[in-house]
Amino acid sequence: MSNATSHTGMTAPLRELGRAGLFLLTAFSRMRFGPRQLAEILRQVYFAGVRSLVIIVICGFFVGLVLTLQTYDTLTRFGAADAVSTVLALSLFRELGPVLAALLFAGRAGTSITAEIGLMRATEQLDALDLMAIDPMERIVQPRLLAGLIALPALVLIFNLTAIVGGIFFAVFLMGSDPISFWANMQSSVELMRDFGGGMFKSVCFGFVAAWLAVWFGWSARPTSEGVALATTQTVIATAIAVLVLDFILSAFML
Amino acid sequence: MTESSDIAISLKRVTVRLGGRTILEDLDLDIPAGQVTAVMGPSGAGKTTVLRLVTGQLKPDSGEVWIGETRVDQLGGKALGRLRRNIGVLLQNGALFTDLTSFDNVALPLREHTRLSESLIRRIVLMKLEMVGLRGAAQLYPSELSGGMKRRVATARAMALDPGIMFYDEPFAGLDPISLGVSLRLIRDINAALGTTSVVITHDVREVAKLADHACIIADRKLVATGTPDELAASADPLVRQFMQGEPDGPVPFHYPARALDEELMRRGEGR
Repeated sequence: MSNATSHTGMTAPLRELGRAGLFLLTAFSRMRFGPRQLAEILRQVYFAGVRSLVIIVICGFFVGLVLTLQTYDTLTRFGAADAVSTVLALSLFRELGPVLAALLFAGRAGTSITAEIGLMRATEQLDALDLMAIDPMERIVQPRLLAGLIALPALVLIFNLTAIVGGIFFAVFLMGSDPISFWANMQSSVELMRDFGGGMFKSVCFGFVAAWLAVWFGWSARPTSEGVALATTQTVIATAIAVLVLDFILSAFML
Repeated sequence: MTESSDIAISLKRVTVRLGGRTILEDLDLDIPAGQVTAVMGPSGAGKTTVLRLVTGQLKPDSGEVWIGETRVDQLGGKALGRLRRNIGVLLQNGALFTDLTSFDNVALPLREHTRLSESLIRRIVLMKLEMVGLRGAAQLYPSELSGGMKRRVATARAMALDPGIMFYDEPFAGLDPISLGVSLRLIRDINAALGTTSVVITHDVREVAKLADHACIIADRKLVATGTPDELAASADPLVRQFMQGEPDGPVPFHYPARALDEELMRRGEGR
């Protein structure tokens, strides 16, 4: 491999990151909040958030179920079955809720945003907006960026709620744990700001990153069917990596 | 000779290079006001580049682009936005917004750029759709329209703000004979009714003869001929004749540049 090729290979991701950063700065520098923009943001919250509810609720319930199953089995061996709700709540609020909901969000809403914008590019809809003197950044990019920021924290709340319902279903209804001690242990072990608030802060960060990457890959997609397919794949991969790396960094700072 | 006040669009010694390739070189082009002008040329000759230059989507590497008294290539930001409101563009595939109905597609520029009441916007939109014969399809989404209908709705959207200049990018490509006849009549009617300067970017020689007052051919990176369609049809220039007669070989070669066939066949083990 020639030096030039290896040099390009090494710097290409950095250049891509730089372009994505400039794109984000441009989007924010042209941000406007009129009634029309707010209506469009709400519409995008519906598309990104409400339409992700089914996958979030189903996955949340089963994550709660399996997490309780595994911890109940292990803790019972040490006679600490009462601590199952503590493990469930802390794992969910601190890590699993924000991370898993963000990954599901990338798979459901992120790919949809990327494909939509990529196809708008391929079918000249973005050009048409530009030619009509309507800023595509303002009309297409900003509402989807802000929608991700709003929708993901709400989805994380719902994910956590349904996961706890799943945990209660397994521990209380199937295993016969005492519901009062289940709740009491959970309440006494979870700190509102540190555990719950920290998780919600993470979800805001993840929502921002997931929406940014989804919009960027759609915006920069090659205007062909192959280009759009590649962009949607890149969205899922890049979001998964970014969320997990960011989760480690945020967790390290929060502990 | 045409007076400068009769010229709506003027490109002066324009050179455009994209990706290391020269698309246009020292191109001089004048488009007369109030007429239908066809910009023709082989595929890849830079016809759509002319559209992008005039709408300010592309800046030339050198040269000047003028619309009336305004120098487009030096505009940016809000001034460019104001200029674009006076230009209607029908893109090749219509480029309708798939999440909006035909009505909302046509209403979009009115809602974005005017402070008209919804009742007035409704009247204007219905009038525009009536003009293209699709008032009855106002509530249909683009996915429910045929290719020709999509372009008619897109035409209604392009003229929503009553622009002074209308661009049609390959308006006849892939149309059935009936839709083609409708498109020809529409372009003529819009030009007559609104008094716009119409620029039709096409390589469809036969339709141009029926439609255009004025035509020009861009090939080999520059303007090679200009005049009425009849004048171009009678031209003795080999390149113009090849284009107008649709001859497969001539100054624009049939074969993409390559080494000699026998030499290629005798070489072994080098690529495919």
